[in-house]
Amino acid sequence: MKLMLHVAPGIVRQPLIASVILETEALFNIERASIDAASGEIVIEVSPDKCQEVKRAFERRGVHVVMLENPVVRDEEECVHCGACVSICPTKTFRFENWRVVADSGKCIQCGACVAGCPQRALRLVLK
Amino acid sequence: MQEKSLSEINQRIRDGCARVVTAEEMPLIVDELGTAEAVREVDVVTTGTFGAMCSSGVFLNLGHSDPPIKIARAWLNKVEAYGGIAAVDLFLGATQPSENRGIEYGGAHVIEDLVSGRQIQVEAEGGVTDCYPQSDLETSLRLEDFNQATMVNPRNAYQRYNAATSTADRTLHTYMGTLLPKMGNVHYSGSGVLSPLSNDPSFQYIGVGTRIFLGGSQGFVIGPGTQHSPQSGFSTLMVTGDLKKMSPRYLRAATFHGYGPSLYVGIGIPIPVLNEKIAISTAVKDEDIPVPIIDYGIPRRDRPTVATVTYQDLKSGCVDINGREVPASPLSSFFMAREIAENLKDQVAKGEFLLTQAAEPLPRKGFAGPMKQTKESPNVGEVMSKEVVTAREDIEIDHAARLIVNGSFDHLPVVSAEGRLTGIVTAWDISKAVASGKAVRVSDIMTRKVQCARIDEPIELAARTLDTHSISALPVVDRENRVIGMITSDHLSRMLARRR
Repeated sequence: MKLMLHVAPGIVRQPLIASVILETEALFNIERASIDAASGEIVIEVSPDKCQEVKRAFERRGVHVVMLENPVVRDEEECVHCGACVSICPTKTFRFENWRVVADSGKCIQCGACVAGCPQRALRLVLK
Repeated sequence: MQEKSLSEINQRIRDGCARVVTAEEMPLIVDELGTAEAVREVDVVTTGTFGAMCSSGVFLNLGHSDPPIKIARAWLNKVEAYGGIAAVDLFLGATQPSENRGIEYGGAHVIEDLVSGRQIQVEAEGGVTDCYPQSDLETSLRLEDFNQATMVNPRNAYQRYNAATSTADRTLHTYMGTLLPKMGNVHYSGSGVLSPLSNDPSFQYIGVGTRIFLGGSQGFVIGPGTQHSPQSGFSTLMVTGDLKKMSPRYLRAATFHGYGPSLYVGIGIPIPVLNEKIAISTAVKDEDIPVPIIDYGIPRRDRPTVATVTYQDLKSGCVDINGREVPASPLSSFFMAREIAENLKDQVAKGEFLLTQAAEPLPRKGFAGPMKQTKESPNVGEVMSKEVVTAREDIEIDHAARLIVNGSFDHLPVVSAEGRLTGIVTAWDISKAVASGKAVRVSDIMTRKVQCARIDEPIELAARTLDTHSISALPVVDRENRVIGMITSDHLSRMLARRR
């Protein structure tokens, strides 16, 4: 399960991830992180059984947590199944099935590469 | 040799008893039956392709206004259409960007809006004459309001198309889609086994006047497309059709990020199996069609080929480039190409699509030569400063500061003992180092990933590098990466100022 962490400027200097790992003993991967002067956005992948615990642990530390259940959505009317999204996705969210593009949204880390790369403008990120 | 006539096949189509297969099914039939038996068994092979075809557009006739106007310039939903044809004829090109929404909306989108039945805003300016007194006008039109809306696409249905990758160290946004850094992916285009011209590469059937599936309706081949180059396996078609009869399912506007608008066009051609030669050519497989992979990281006309693969390799989703497995995905839709071939198969089988005798075969030789450039822009070597001070990375920062102050640039290239470029230090880097007081040597503060220019590259490329990376100077290096000069934004602005 993927969690999007929105970290407010006030707490961005705290060792949030380290302390949550120590507290929950959950193993997780940081899939994407962008932190600047104004805010931080981190996407982590946690095993489903630890997901709620990790979510609560971050929330206690003031982090706004969003579960990325359907991180990228596709407009079926616009998609022509060209496949421009397939090779540019770092986590292989898209693949062909009998030359139709199918998406495994669970893999998406919301990097946005496919949104810009889709010639038909058929893709959009949600829950930002 | 087994043969059939076109009229024989057309009669079977009219009688509803023609045997039609798609170009995807044909190779298996020829493998199983042999060519002579395949000619007896199969009457028509249908093909299809659906991809970005930038060289597309529409002639539109607006009818005369009252008082009449001789349109010189016109905009459709703020996309300029060419108005220099008589009074009220326009040509709208697919790749023209809009004046208010940039590349997110362009000529292709206007075409899609028209075909989808949407109303568009027309603005026109004209030259006032005794017979055309009106100087400008505005109106709102739908597709049915035009006298004619005739699609004329100068270059469509490429026989095959070079695949693209990039060795650049940043992501490139091209008409071949997003190309990830350091050969992170390959994009390709064309439908391979279903490609109309790959199924008739020597123009046994396809010629001037051939009836085709175009954008969901029936259109025609006008002749060879621009840059038609059959001798190198890159034939193209110029095609026409009535936009009013087309369908938005087979004409789709697209925008390539950082590049611009384009139009996805659906084209299909049914090919009659007149003889064994055509049976062989329509039995072409993905693995028979070679596709060079071109390095778009080199921003020149003659880009190097990094590997040559086939459509079979590309369609597997991964290709081998010098021992590296690189993910590959298409930009054209094989799903839609297949749908077009099936749709045509259905139309031919039902007797709704008759085949045509070409008025003339397509030329077997074409031209796709480079542009003759009579006013060449200077190369970096002609503009750069040759006196460039360099430093070794073990010198101290105050020494570097003195070199910059006594030299002519704010940039100090750092070189190895052999004079090869290893880094760069700017006056700003030194100010920062002094302010923080931590760094001691140039090697502590230098940028190691240096943007540089080559002596023989046109200055336009150096200008683009400066712009892309928001920097003001580039060391110029020779083939051995030795620093031989420096080119700065000052050089370029001075040269432009002199030109004016």
